[in-house]
Amino acid sequence: MKKTMMGNYAASWGAQLARVQVIAAYPITPQTLIVEKLSDIVADGELDAKFIKVESEHSAMAACIGASATGARAYTATSAQGLALMHEMLHWAGLARLPIVMTNVNRAMAPGWSIWADQNDSLSQRDTGWMQIYASSAQEILDSTLIGYKVSEKVLLPTLISFDAFFLSHTMEVVDMPEIELIDKYLPPYKPDYKMDVNDPRSFGALTDEQYYYEFRYKMQKAMDEAVDIIKEAGKEYEKITGRAYGLVHPYRCEDADMILVTSGTIADTTNVAVDELRAEGKKVGNLRIRVIRPYPKKEILEVVKGVKKLAVIDRNISPGYSGIFSQELKSALYNEVDIPVRSYIAGLGGRDVKIEDIKDMANDALKNDAPNDLIWKGVKI
Amino acid sequence: MRLTIPEHEIMTPGHLACQGCGGSLAMRYALKVFGKDTMLSIPACCWAVIDGPFPYTAVNVPLFHTAFETAAIMASGIKAGLMVQGKDTTNVVAFAGDGGTFDIGIQAISGAAERNDDVTYIVYDNEAYMNTGIQRSSATPHGAWTTTTPVKHYKKGPKKNMAEIMAAHRIPYTATASVGYPEDFCKKLEKAKNTKGFKFIHVLAPCPTGWKYDPRYTIKLAKLAVQTNYFPLYEIIDGIHYKQTIKVKERKPLKEYLKYQGRFKHLLEDEVQFLQDFIDENYGLLSMKFE
Ligand SMILES: Cc1ncc(C[n+]2csc(CCOP(=O)(O)OP(=O)(O)O)c2C)c(N)n1
Ligand code: SF4
Ligand SMILES: [Mg+2]
Repeated sequence: MKKTMMGNYAASWGAQLARVQVIAAYPITPQTLIVEKLSDIVADGELDAKFIKVESEHSAMAACIGASATGARAYTATSAQGLALMHEMLHWAGLARLPIVMTNVNRAMAPGWSIWADQNDSLSQRDTGWMQIYASSAQEILDSTLIGYKVSEKVLLPTLISFDAFFLSHTMEVVDMPEIELIDKYLPPYKPDYKMDVNDPRSFGALTDEQYYYEFRYKMQKAMDEAVDIIKEAGKEYEKITGRAYGLVHPYRCEDADMILVTSGTIADTTNVAVDELRAEGKKVGNLRIRVIRPYPKKEILEVVKGVKKLAVIDRNISPGYSGIFSQELKSALYNEVDIPVRSYIAGLGGRDVKIEDIKDMANDALKNDAPNDLIWKGVKI
Repeated sequence: MRLTIPEHEIMTPGHLACQGCGGSLAMRYALKVFGKDTMLSIPACCWAVIDGPFPYTAVNVPLFHTAFETAAIMASGIKAGLMVQGKDTTNVVAFAGDGGTFDIGIQAISGAAERNDDVTYIVYDNEAYMNTGIQRSSATPHGAWTTTTPVKHYKKGPKKNMAEIMAAHRIPYTATASVGYPEDFCKKLEKAKNTKGFKFIHVLAPCPTGWKYDPRYTIKLAKLAVQTNYFPLYEIIDGIHYKQTIKVKERKPLKEYLKYQGRFKHLLEDEVQFLQDFIDENYGLLSMKFE
């Protein structure tokens, strides 16, 4: 069934289709619509779930962890300050190996107070043991929620689905809602091997000395490694029932490209248009959208970029004192594998619009200039 | 007389508590009453260690170790998870120290209490952060030494009144208890178990290591705290009906309680008197509420 909806509602309906059983959430702009809609859905009896209206995001994540530990499917959504407040519990969910799925609307961190698009909130949580997906359409938000649970419940790692504030959270798109019967087959009820069970009393997360902790970390890494293929399989299986394909990276006109732009989020969508225009001008440019950043799709990226003459990364995020985070990660993936110069651009922080023209500017700059530059701030007014 | 303390043991020996630990006794009684159909949420505190290292456990019921400030909401999350799976009868108990309750965890407790989530919250109060080496908490009494309130700057100001804070939430059941009065404690645990909604039990749990006393005095001190009116035993139904459960005919002088404990050793006569007056005043205010 096709429906016109905001990106935020695609997250709510994704959670409904996933038949989440426990929701614990706290409001924050621009996420609020997601949980307001879910409140309605639960109150109307359209979803058989318990909604805990917690007093903070820290508690939202803790409640999801508790529910998930008993074997229930748990969901929450947040943004920026809320995600940062959860930080301690994000590690907890990751190390407890609980398949929670969370939506995060990418919003700039304060101060100054900003409610606009910026990826620094979720990228600050990169090392907490969550798989991380960056969506670039409302359809993808809904689909990723379902794929997210499928993958999480298999590898026992939580999934964070992020998308840009307002550009995606509050814009309307036509979204295809898959039939629930299909989804029920795709995503059967969660049945973990280990859970809190009074007939099999165990202690979870006890004092762990170096005899065991090290191996816990090793196993987490193995699960992340395995997740690469499982994400692909889950994407293929999803394509079979919906016709929509999802991988870890989404190349656009990359096959014969001399230069590839590397992007994520809504900038990636705009970049596809910029690529078409540049191609019309005879410039052989492609766009590689990084959809999943954890696990890092190193092999998949190398397959696309090998043979290309140059790469240009556009980051709507910054690791102060170094560079854009997608850029750092790309460079480390190339090292020892292929020798391709990379130019790194920062753009659109705090929700500044990144237009087709801006992307073409960056692409032309990258095409002209050979020497890789550490960092180029697109349109900075200083 | 009918035995009010269940005979069966759920907690096992071999746990890691210090000799004479009041907190381990509190858990032993709690599990006796709550039984096997129980799940525990335990934050950072001595009990995060007492239960034993991975892969051991001493409680014999499912236990989820959680972050310092999340005992209450973790219990709520577990309860919600069980309810959506039709396991409504399982008791979910948060079991936390005074630091995790009076200080860092109070926000999540207030949230769970206001929502009236159907869980029991037990705070075993040893009046300081013992796990990290005896630092003051807002449950540390006036006059006490801790490693962050050294003798020259001993703790000033009263202990936070947690029972009153909980009662102000109008939760169905709030009680104080002492491991020195196990029948009274078990009755309260039983009431909590049989009441729907958020239940809060504040149990005084003497700590020989932190209070600097000979471990053989744990029960003696847990009784003296009550007999001196330092820690009156009562319950509050729906946040308004106060009932004293252990009546003290003639209160003993506070000195009797203080003299066993190294943490009060430095107190001069006038400070002891100040503390005595404060305890009497506090008790006076409380006793006016008893029905
Ligand atoms: C967020 C956070 N801050 C600090 C700590 C360190 N810490 C662990 S236990 C503890 C004190 C616990 O005190 P209390 O709750 O009174 O329990 P007790 O150890 O006395 O049994 C502290 C400060 C922590 N684990 N987490
Ligand atoms: S320090 Fe005190 S509370 Fe902690 S285990 Fe030892 S006696 Fe018990
Ligand atoms: Mg303590």
